[in-house]
Amino acid sequence: MSKRIDVKDLNVYYGKFLAVEDVNINIEAKSVTAFIGPSGCGKSTFLRTLNRMHEVIPGARVEGEVLLDGDNLYGPGVDPVTVRSQIGMVFQRPNPFPTMSIRDNVLAGVKLNNQKMSKGEADVLVERSLQGANLWNEVKDRLAKPGSGLSGGQQQRLCIARAIAVEPQVILMDEPCSALDPISTLAIEDLINELKDQYTVVIVTHNMQQAARVSNKTAFFNIAGTGKPGRLIEYGDTHTMFSNPTQKATEDYVSGRFG
Amino acid sequence: MTTTSLTTSRGAGRAGDKVFSAATLAAGCLILAVLFGVALFLLIQAFPALVASPDEIQGGKGFFSYIWPIVIGTLIAAVIALVIATPVAIGVALFISHFAPRKLASGLGYVIDLLAAIPSVVYGAWGAAFLAKEISPAYNWLANNMGWLPIFQGPASATGKTILTAGIVLSVMILPIITSLSREIFLQTPKLHEEAALALGATRWEMIRMAVLPFGRPGVISAVMLGLGRALGETMAVALVLSSGALTASLIQSGNQTIAAEIALNFPEASGLKVNTLIAAGLVLFVITLGVNMIARWIISRHKEFSGAN
Repeated sequence: MSKRIDVKDLNVYYGKFLAVEDVNINIEAKSVTAFIGPSGCGKSTFLRTLNRMHEVIPGARVEGEVLLDGDNLYGPGVDPVTVRSQIGMVFQRPNPFPTMSIRDNVLAGVKLNNQKMSKGEADVLVERSLQGANLWNEVKDRLAKPGSGLSGGQQQRLCIARAIAVEPQVILMDEPCSALDPISTLAIEDLINELKDQYTVVIVTHNMQQAARVSNKTAFFNIAGTGKPGRLIEYGDTHTMFSNPTQKATEDYVSGRFG
Repeated sequence: MTTTSLTTSRGAGRAGDKVFSAATLAAGCLILAVLFGVALFLLIQAFPALVASPDEIQGGKGFFSYIWPIVIGTLIAAVIALVIATPVAIGVALFISHFAPRKLASGLGYVIDLLAAIPSVVYGAWGAAFLAKEISPAYNWLANNMGWLPIFQGPASATGKTILTAGIVLSVMILPIITSLSREIFLQTPKLHEEAALALGATRWEMIRMAVLPFGRPGVISAVMLGLGRALGETMAVALVLSSGALTASLIQSGNQTIAAEIALNFPEASGLKVNTLIAAGLVLFVITLGVNMIARWIISRHKEFSGAN
């Protein structure tokens, strides 16, 4: 239930503006890969190109290849809708559907593909997904209540439950803890640790300690200056990246000298 | 070192506060006073008609048997207008907010708003002089092929001046208000929720069903109710288009009448108790509109928990 991602010579443009330049990276299956870097360096933009969510932004386009176990996401005839059902995403701010109950939120993605699911099957799936997101015990008595009534951290775990309910190959997380308090952050980090046994997880984070805690590999993105494209500076084992990086910029960033 | 005593205050600022609060209070009270005044006027003027003996009222069978056919007629015309206008308006609003390229969207928005700027008498003239004539072959077809349905029972009106034509004209008139309000509401759907749906592998239409429509639901209901209010009260267009008569089930024969058109057509020549009768009809229309608005508010408040406002 997890696939690797290989990115070849990827450029991302907003209209004519080159936002991310020439990224080559191999993301391992069943592992956590963290993207770190200063604000505006293109790491979130790049993350979005991994499930074609950047196409939501008018004028955004890419050149290059993103291979999901060898299949190019940007190949001819590839439907972005299919891509996104295989590569799920969790956003910066928790975004459960406010008009749906907790249960319906979990089932939202599943219902798109499989309209005729019996109530029993749905119940099993809801429980399994919420268990998987470490949320079951907190919400099992109020599944019919709106998801917006939960705390921020619970909402974010509900979003993760919603993402894993469709059994994706990869889960992308765009700063999933930046709107959460430390306790909720810890709960999400524990969850990420468990998710990597089944899924390929890619996480963008501003928090270097978080990258060090949760990820197996870390990619450092940087930008030469305003208006310049973001680039992948260095990519390697998280331990090496934080203790003995090869690039000066990486060392400066992880040691807190800038950014 | 100078110290500022806590008891001194900037006089001008306080005065501004007082003036502003008095002005808003006055505005609020004025609305209530106007509403109360209108209601009182309607009640007092309508009272003689309500208590008059049956044979004094037009038709000779009392106020109730005078009013109920035109109440039904009013509702039929308004419902036809809503049934036609609501899906079209929501479709156009969604097209403008989520499908059309940006340039086309703003242009189309202006055109829709222009529809609202056309005076109702022009709509009425258009409906009577053009639409009624053009649409009467369609009524003949309906009478021949679907005549077994009571609402399409023949023979169809030769002039086309029927309640269905009036309803169609009304639907064009209420289209802009429903469209532009719905469009504004759809545009306010949080990007966050749209992206949530897309990231789950929703197509654009599925995204609209998951995120945009549920979010916009209360607003769309309000918009439809505003449209309904206009359709219920619209006078000129109906008066010009409809060749009125007794209540009939068939929508394609001449007949039926709405309260607003009944008042407008009869008021200039009315005197005595007839005036009171027409004002009583106005009171009934007022009550219907009030009832519709209250039902709408109730529908909206029923789902408050899931509204997305929290």
